[in-house]
Amino acid sequence: MGPLTTAAPGSGPLRARDEARDDGFFATRIDALVNWGRKNSLWPMPLGLSCCGIELMAMIGPKFDIARFGAEAARFSPRQCDLLIVAGTLTWKMATACRLVYDQMPEPKWVIAMGVCSSSGGMYDSYAVVQGVDSILPVDVYVPGCPPRPDAVIDAILKLQKKIERERPLARILSGPEVIDERGSGRLDYQPNAAVKKGVFDFHPHDPRARRG
Amino acid sequence: MAGTATIERVDAALAGIGHRWLASRDGMPALALAATDLGAALRALKERAGFETATLVTAVDRLGKTPRFELVHQFLSLAHNDRVRIHTPVGEDESAPTCTHLWPGAAFMERECFDMFGIPFDGHANLKRLLMPDEYGHHPLRKDFPHQGIEPDRLYREWDRERRKDWHPEAAR
Repeated sequence: MGPLTTAAPGSGPLRARDEARDDGFFATRIDALVNWGRKNSLWPMPLGLSCCGIELMAMIGPKFDIARFGAEAARFSPRQCDLLIVAGTLTWKMATACRLVYDQMPEPKWVIAMGVCSSSGGMYDSYAVVQGVDSILPVDVYVPGCPPRPDAVIDAILKLQKKIERERPLARILSGPEVIDERGSGRLDYQPNAAVKKGVFDFHPHDPRARRG
Repeated sequence: MAGTATIERVDAALAGIGHRWLASRDGMPALALAATDLGAALRALKERAGFETATLVTAVDRLGKTPRFELVHQFLSLAHNDRVRIHTPVGEDESAPTCTHLWPGAAFMERECFDMFGIPFDGHANLKRLLMPDEYGHHPLRKDFPHQGIEPDRLYREWDRERRKDWHPEAAR
């Protein structure tokens, strides 16, 4: 009896070694296994604050159907979610509630800023509106658009899946309980805006400012 | 002319109270009053002229003029099917009489006016801010208020720091 040939060898992190497959075993890295599980079962917390919430409903509905990417289990309790989608205009009065929702979500957690309002304040250059939710939260993916089409948010979820693939959960587990937040966003002096700018301008290989030191 | 009957009725109701009719661009009869006469005029409009609905209480900031603010009331009479508008100049440190004892539905509009312009209403039962946080300290619809705000995130940052004091190791130090 020859080896099973259903999957092409060398594809994906869960590629089985041929000699072990017949016995019901396979070998992989723990990081790859954990990331594979996390990225394909994102549970979004839909924080629909304005018109972007309508597009978010369309995205969850049958036509765009994010169940294809394993992210359809929208829960309205932050305790059950690991993906916060800030969809819409965030006001400073609502910012406390948004931050509470984020803090109540268990680690690991990710954030998508959906639409220009939550990405940068958008057209609301105003005393009442948060100029980008990265003023109060660490954001993983920004989605432009006013509002963005559901396709754009699905693309953001796919990009987030690629980002999750690069994480190293095992290193964090082994590092012990004193590391409460791997991105440092729990520190009192943490400025998410500064971290974003640093990420873009200091480390981007195409940015000439990155080589100055 | 449209509104002649309204003007005559309001004139009769406001007999003895000094008022001046204004040229109104939208056709709604509009009159100007002194702030000291406003309380008596509101009662006369409710009880004698039959305006049983207050549809709008707001203000205009005429920055650079004295008195600085212009209080605007609009009233509707369903029985006579007509409306009237009242302009009242109010200075920066002055207060205006409330109309909530006559029209209880105006309470939210007066609170919003107090929130946005900082005009206090004498006799209002619950005069606190309607939209902005209670501790904000500024009045956003004033003309000298920058549209990007004055420390818009101050209250959020205070809340955030206070909230973490109990458990955050850095805050405990």
